[in-house]
Amino acid sequence: MEEDSTFLKQEQENQERGKAGPPWEGKTAASPQSPEPESSEPLEAERGPETGPQPRSSPPWSPQSKVITSLGDPKGPGASSSPSPLQEPSPTPSPRALAAQDPAAPLQSDPTASATPEAGTLRSDPWEQSSDKRESAPHHSSQSEANTFQQSQQPGSPLCGSTDVSYSNSKQKELRFDTFQEEDSNSEHELGQPGPGASGAMPSVLETAVQNAKAYLLKTSTKSGLNLYDHLSTMLTKILDERPENAVDIIENISQDVKMAHFSKKLDTLQNEKEMLPTYEIAEKQKALFLQGHLEGVDQELEDEIAENSLPNVMESAFYFEQAGIGLGTDETYRIFLALKQLTDTHPIQRCRFWGKILGLEMNYIVAEVEFREGEDEEEVEEEDVAEERDNGESEADEDEEDELPKSFYKAPQAIPKEESRTGANKYVYFVCNEPGRSWVKLPSVTPAQIVIARKIKKFFTGQLDAPIMSYPPFPGNESNYLRAQIARISAGTHVSPLGFYQFGEEEGEEEEEVESGRDSFEENTDFEGIQVIDLVESLSNWVHHVQHILPQGRCNWFNPIQKNEEEEEEEDEEKEEEKGEEPEFIEQEVGPPLLTPVSEDSEIQNIPPWTTRLSSNLVPQYAIAVLRSNRWPGAYAFSNGKKFENLYIGWGHKYSPDNYTPPVPPAVHQEYPSGPEITEMDDPSVEEEQAFRAAQEAVVLAAEKNEETEEDEDEEDDYD
Amino acid sequence: MDTEGLLLSLELASGSGQGLGPDRRASLLTSLMLVKRDYRYDRVLFWGRILGLVSDYYIAQGLSEDQLAPRKTLYSLNCMEWSLLPPATEEMVAQTSVVKGRFMGDPSHEYEHTELQKVNDGEKVFEEEVVVQIKEETRLVSTIDQIDKAVSIMPRGALFKTPFGPTHVNRTFEGLSLSDAKKLSSYFHFREAIELKNKPLLEKADLDPSLDFMDSLEHDIPKGPSFQCIG
Repeated sequence: MEEDSTFLKQEQENQERGKAGPPWEGKTAASPQSPEPESSEPLEAERGPETGPQPRSSPPWSPQSKVITSLGDPKGPGASSSPSPLQEPSPTPSPRALAAQDPAAPLQSDPTASATPEAGTLRSDPWEQSSDKRESAPHHSSQSEANTFQQSQQPGSPLCGSTDVSYSNSKQKELRFDTFQEEDSNSEHELGQPGPGASGAMPSVLETAVQNAKAYLLKTSTKSGLNLYDHLSTMLTKILDERPENAVDIIENISQDVKMAHFSKKLDTLQNEKEMLPTYEIAEKQKALFLQGHLEGVDQELEDEIAENSLPNVMESAFYFEQAGIGLGTDETYRIFLALKQLTDTHPIQRCRFWGKILGLEMNYIVAEVEFREGEDEEEVEEEDVAEERDNGESEADEDEEDELPKSFYKAPQAIPKEESRTGANKYVYFVCNEPGRSWVKLPSVTPAQIVIARKIKKFFTGQLDAPIMSYPPFPGNESNYLRAQIARISAGTHVSPLGFYQFGEEEGEEEEEVESGRDSFEENTDFEGIQVIDLVESLSNWVHHVQHILPQGRCNWFNPIQKNEEEEEEEDEEKEEEKGEEPEFIEQEVGPPLLTPVSEDSEIQNIPPWTTRLSSNLVPQYAIAVLRSNRWPGAYAFSNGKKFENLYIGWGHKYSPDNYTPPVPPAVHQEYPSGPEITEMDDPSVEEEQAFRAAQEAVVLAAEKNEETEEDEDEEDDYD
Repeated sequence: MDTEGLLLSLELASGSGQGLGPDRRASLLTSLMLVKRDYRYDRVLFWGRILGLVSDYYIAQGLSEDQLAPRKTLYSLNCMEWSLLPPATEEMVAQTSVVKGRFMGDPSHEYEHTELQKVNDGEKVFEEEVVVQIKEETRLVSTIDQIDKAVSIMPRGALFKTPFGPTHVNRTFEGLSLSDAKKLSSYFHFREAIELKNKPLLEKADLDPSLDFMDSLEHDIPKGPSFQCIG
């Protein structure tokens, strides 16, 4: 047993040695007695002086000063063995006694030492739990187990053996033993050990040292507001509760975890199931993108694919745009690339281009510009022409009633029909999807009315294609129509190419007379030799628009609404002219800049040039590319390296305006009917006026009668005579 | 974006289409290191880029130990040479609110703004048209300040406040959980608290003074979260 305890003590010593602060070691030396090697070592100063009573040979256990070291195992066997040494020669027990006394001494003699007692109380609980075996000093045993920060020593003295063990194990801070001491003192008495009185001697030096050490540990950090004492306490409690394997190896991690736990709220012990994160779903969908390449009959299909490939080289364009600092990240671009491939595989597409990305509040849109193969146009669902209905509705009048209500003279302007597909604003078909991996949705064709109203409103996109657009003027359609209209406007305003890249077809003929808006078709110039990048940057006249401008009417090719009127409704025409003459007989033709006009002709926005040109890199001009940035539609970019070019749009889909958006004012209220005397309100005549009026009328009547009477009288008188 | 995680942050923020070319990225990494050393900042953040007609401004901010102290703003035209900007004052903000339109890209450019000012000439009071010159640098400073005040945000738990005053970066912050990340209340404005004092006492009792010392985003107008889950 003794050996065991010695062993324990030695262990402790080693540990303590490592950790004991200088003062403690000093104290150790100071300890008066060191009859046994064991006792002397662990003395660690505080214990020494504290033990005070000379008779106690056992050096005060330094455990207090020691930081926790591995607890548990040594304690167990140690504890059991400790009682045995107790019975042995007094020297052995003396340390215990000392130890016992120590708690007692400070308790009795020194209120200051009370720090320990308090600590002790706290610790005593766990100690009690663990030490059932010790009859005499339940505290002790629990102490040994609870060690970590507890002040170790004190284990009640009555169990010298246990104290021994506990001491060894409990390198706790000295603070804790106070409480412990309180409880121990009782047991001490029972054991009949030298009473507390003995501890009165020599409290000062050791005690002060203990106080100092404790104060040091309680010092709060300037940075984080924690103190080492509390941290160690928490940590040791946690270790004792959880009992991890090889705690000494993971002690640093445990310490870190305790620090982190400071910042998180206490949660229930109930654990949530793993959530189905939305990111998992998206990843699933994108996985499908990557697997689409596995088709049967690979060789044949590969060749076919390569031959008829209408897929653009998105990665190459992305590389050039990246030089200018524009673009989505490489990963996202690649996924878009694969999504485009999926699109071209499932639809009969002649040409396809990545148009860009429109950002939305909840989700974004990835837009692809597509041209179907000849004759393979998909049938579009005929949408009811809302404008036409309105037209008919307005001129309804209740003709069945006897009293005809005043007819409204208002006649809605005739709806301008949309352009045929493949021409004008509907030249390309657009597909959108929210994320690469989701299915592509085809956008409906755009009508001129939608473009006209889209020019007047400014709405953010939400990401849902069927979201309604609440605005004034009311937009005819939902978000998919608005999106399509904005795409059309952006394309018309910002799709540019280097001069000479496209040229007009050579079969001109008499087009100039008939086609009012100019030529509307172009083709690639096979003889294009490229323009110097420097030239592209310096002069905007080297760039031309290759998309038709959209007229104020909403179309690219002007449509004359008067013609139809004359043909179909001649009568009404005449009526209108007679009654109101509001509609002019002749509407001026709207003309826009013809196709392939240089970009330098674009109008400025309040003194801000419409385009900004840059070289992608000033440091390496020989390999730089020219980048064009639109100021009118922020988010529209174009690049060219002399031979190649590409357009891209990444943005919110709104035009730039230096002033904030102000919605248009509702129009003035129409006159319902002309005001005339019949319907003008007048006050009812008052009683006097009525009477006066009646009197006047009667006077007139009387006068008339009198005249007649006088005539008759005269006649009669004549007769009499 | 912290210089240490600059590349990763750029990748994550690339969904909006704005990015940096490789030359800019490389020069940023180098020059921000040097800025940190020369000005002895605790952290240097790349704030962003302001587009101009002639050239673009690249903006960086340097922070000292105390994260909430006013930050120093620097700008550069080529991501290599950085110049310090003066701190923003209220009159600067008021003065530049009349300027509209794009930035020129030239820091010495001056905007002219004609104002009607009442001039007291003896007994007469008449209005004179005064042309006020506003430097683009001033406009830059006030724009950056306004943007910061309005939209600079921090997740809850990234900073903590000590009782002594200074705010520190929380080294044990590992990010918000997914459910927390969707709530507006888990984000704060990265500036001195303005609305916090007006909160009713009941709400204040639930707050943790070391973590909740800034305004949360919940009460901002216009309302409504706009969260996107990017795969």
